[in-house]
Amino acid sequence: MSLIEPIQTADEDGLAHGAQKTSRPGFVRTTLLGNRAAMIGLGILGFFVFVAIFAPWLEPYDPTQKVGPVYAPPSGDFWLGTDDGGGDMLSLLIAGSRVSLAVGFLAALVAILIGGTVGVLSGYFGGKTDTVLMRFTDYMLVIPDIPLMIIVAALFGRSLTNIVIIIGVIYWTSTARLIRAQVKSVRERVYVKRAQALGAGNRRLIFKHVLPQVAPLLIANTVLMIALAIFAETFITFLGLGDPSTISWGRLIENAFEGEATINNAWWAIVPPGVCVTIVILACTMIGQSVEDGLNPRLRVGHLSVKRFRVRPGAGSEPTK
Amino acid sequence: MSARPPVIRVEDLNVWFDLPGGGELHAVQGVTFELHSGERMGLVGESGCGKTTTILAMMGLLPATASVSGKVLLDGEDILVGGEETISPHRWSDISMVFQGAMNAFNPVKTVGAQIAEPMVLHGMATGKSARSRVAELLELVGIAGDRADRYPHEFSGGMRQRAAIAMALACSPKVLLADEPTTALDVMVQAQILELLVGLSKTLGQELGLTVILVTHDLPVVAQVCDRAAVMYAGEIVEMGGMSEIYHDPRHPYSRMLFAATPDLLGDDEVISIPGAPPRLDREIVGCAFRPRCDSAFEPCSTVRPGRREPVAGHEARCHLNDPSLTELAS
Amino acid sequence: MSDVQAPTIDAPLLEVEDLISQYPVPRGLLGAMMRRPQLTVKAVDGVTFSVAAGEMVALVGESGCGKTTTAQTVIRMVANQGGSIRFDGAEIGELSPGQLRPLRREIQIIYQDPYESLDPRFTVRDTIEEPIRVHSLVPRKEDREAKVREAMERAGLTPPELFIDRYPHELSGGQRQRVAIAAALVLEPKLLIADEPVSMLDVSVRAGILALLDGLRKDGMGVLMITHDLSTAAHFADRIAVMYLGRIVEEGPARDVVRNPQHPYTKALISVVPRRDPDERAFPQILTGETPNPVRVPPGCRFHPRCPVAEARCKETDPELRLLDGVAAGHRAACILLGEGSGTG
Repeated sequence: MSLIEPIQTADEDGLAHGAQKTSRPGFVRTTLLGNRAAMIGLGILGFFVFVAIFAPWLEPYDPTQKVGPVYAPPSGDFWLGTDDGGGDMLSLLIAGSRVSLAVGFLAALVAILIGGTVGVLSGYFGGKTDTVLMRFTDYMLVIPDIPLMIIVAALFGRSLTNIVIIIGVIYWTSTARLIRAQVKSVRERVYVKRAQALGAGNRRLIFKHVLPQVAPLLIANTVLMIALAIFAETFITFLGLGDPSTISWGRLIENAFEGEATINNAWWAIVPPGVCVTIVILACTMIGQSVEDGLNPRLRVGHLSVKRFRVRPGAGSEPTK
Repeated sequence: MSARPPVIRVEDLNVWFDLPGGGELHAVQGVTFELHSGERMGLVGESGCGKTTTILAMMGLLPATASVSGKVLLDGEDILVGGEETISPHRWSDISMVFQGAMNAFNPVKTVGAQIAEPMVLHGMATGKSARSRVAELLELVGIAGDRADRYPHEFSGGMRQRAAIAMALACSPKVLLADEPTTALDVMVQAQILELLVGLSKTLGQELGLTVILVTHDLPVVAQVCDRAAVMYAGEIVEMGGMSEIYHDPRHPYSRMLFAATPDLLGDDEVISIPGAPPRLDREIVGCAFRPRCDSAFEPCSTVRPGRREPVAGHEARCHLNDPSLTELAS
Repeated sequence: MSDVQAPTIDAPLLEVEDLISQYPVPRGLLGAMMRRPQLTVKAVDGVTFSVAAGEMVALVGESGCGKTTTAQTVIRMVANQGGSIRFDGAEIGELSPGQLRPLRREIQIIYQDPYESLDPRFTVRDTIEEPIRVHSLVPRKEDREAKVREAMERAGLTPPELFIDRYPHELSGGQRQRVAIAAALVLEPKLLIADEPVSMLDVSVRAGILALLDGLRKDGMGVLMITHDLSTAAHFADRIAVMYLGRIVEEGPARDVVRNPQHPYTKALISVVPRRDPDERAFPQILTGETPNPVRVPPGCRFHPRCPVAEARCKETDPELRLLDGVAAGHRAACILLGEGSGTG
């Protein structure tokens, strides 16, 4: 019992039996660190989060004040020009990042909490619980999102809280399905059954054995959900259902439309917020996608390439390195 | 040993795999053996010894990370020398394989008959009606009713699927059949049926076409029952090779002897003893004998000198210093 | 061969009688509407055996015979629909999950796949400590650590420092199996169930694990080993019970069952087990076909369709497992053609 080193063999087609790397601790961290796209995405997201946190100190002007002419083009004073109210676009953009990102993160959190809980309960307990929860999920899926948003806004007023709730409530279903499938599969693994056989209760099984295995998927899903939520906020606000007292990227686009920026050729009023939303969504996608790809080795198709093994001319039989 | 030339001869086969962090894994080291038609040889070893890699190399089925050297002479012609180009004309038509877990590798949406016919069609050997009748012939040969060709794989039991996999391997009438763990996942009774089938095939087809079988497995008793000869592999090398009976009664390598001792026999009374330690890493150069750390008979030369192939008895070779009289005299 | 220790308690550690475990084959909505007959998989169809302290019993058979389901039913991971399970004299077949909890300390199970039995996110320490934490037995950290190390020593993972902080992917198959065994031992159970404990390990490693189980048996633990490998059972078990299609068809001292099989199925099975010695090629009695689906158990003797010596009456009578003459003590078989005159072919 002296040799610890795992056996390096090529015989077992490259995979050390069922010991998938995705199950081991530190998987998410290693995947992200090793993936260039993920690191770039993290960098971009980090940058925007930094801007959002330190917005009040970064804004060159007070975004709510008229500090320049209406629709002034970009210049030395106003790097991104002014909007239809004479406010500095750059300051508005920076200020807007706060709400857009905050709503995005919070709404994603709501969606993941609801979806994750439903998924775990459904997948773990199965049977009637599963049937009931899944029927409920199906009903939620059927409801069209935009009419729902409009109705909620009309009934409950247009506030940030409501927007966060609407987005969370609309988008949790896909998470629930994904998590349920994963939980079902983990539930059947031998080490979970073994823990059950030695008397572990449901709470321990779920929190100590099942959730850690589901965590990478949950993380990937959360990041992608943030992208979705930011877009949703932008969209809702653009439709005029947003909170009128807050500045967000969606509001900037809405204002630009209402203020007929296109007719005035004021591209600086409408393009920058759109670009920001796009970049942030892209960053989230890059992060989330790399974790998802890491979780699903079957997506790799490298082994199907036509490259063949190489033949070395007459090497000796005694191996030398 | 007959005077006819061997139907297959593998000479000094080496396989290296590129490792992700750089460096190489020397998975197969200097493997040499030959077989005459109708012979059944067992390639025995534990996980990681290189037995599957060896037969994959013979079929030219190694991945892009692999590089090979050596010769694979099929009826005297080296099919390995040009890589894929020289191997592919012979693949399946002269040398074919039943893969590990073949019974689970059937396409679920095609009939079994269509899948058995596929290699025939691809090699241009038969199409349409003639293919169908040949498929029926092959099924009967492996003990399945010919009319089951139109069934789907899920309608077959595990043992029957394994038979169908053997039929598929025989579709183009090869000379050499490589079987990788053909009975590992099967019950002992079904295993007996499949082994009986393989022996029968090598005997009947041996008379008509000369079917030679290489049986790759970790299960020593299976090889003992079915094969005339065996080659024991350890850390990428063949450490002992010879007639089945000779290896059992007069093992010339401690690993073979200890492997037998570690295998419980149904009616035997001797103690079953495990082999301590684990096989060496193959991504580093090994000094001396690869088995030395686990060997119970190691002596001085074993740590420094790598044992060469010796033939202490005609037809029975081993890579072990204990077979070198000049060295053993020094030890005693 | 292992020497049998005479059990020092009156009642055997584990007594299973007429155990039945079956489950319906799901028909689905369409099937129910079309009134397809409800089929039942009779995985365990009336199984009786016992395991004494200090004894190793091997439950042997081919796939589908019900041996794994029997083990799962004994530890109450699978429901039983009939029969009794008595542990240490007390009936446990009807206990609720809450009542079963203290029992889970006394009966432990090891699984076949060492690569899947350990949580990949738990260190060796976490895995072995878990049973103690689940049952809240040892409050102090130092005491827990001591118990973990003790279990590791017992399982052959020495020195413990070398393994205790490792993750499963850093260990070999044999080492992982030892970790699973240590986790099973830490609560000092009375009965250990080993489901194919070595079938996924290399041959050179198997003997060590089996010797470990043998050592535990000698220390007084009862061991129920599930295996398809008759050679392993013959070497390490005290008694062998051969299962076919949900029933035990032969049972007795391991040596005797293997050298003097009585039931036609056992005889056929023994004859096809490959031997180590290439010159020992006996005359194998290879049965045709494969084991029927446990959904469609043949009437009468369940083995009669494949039996080489079946007679007409075998279709009608379902044989009982009974003691035989002319064999070692405690050797039973379920065949109506036995015990009538000597030998039945």
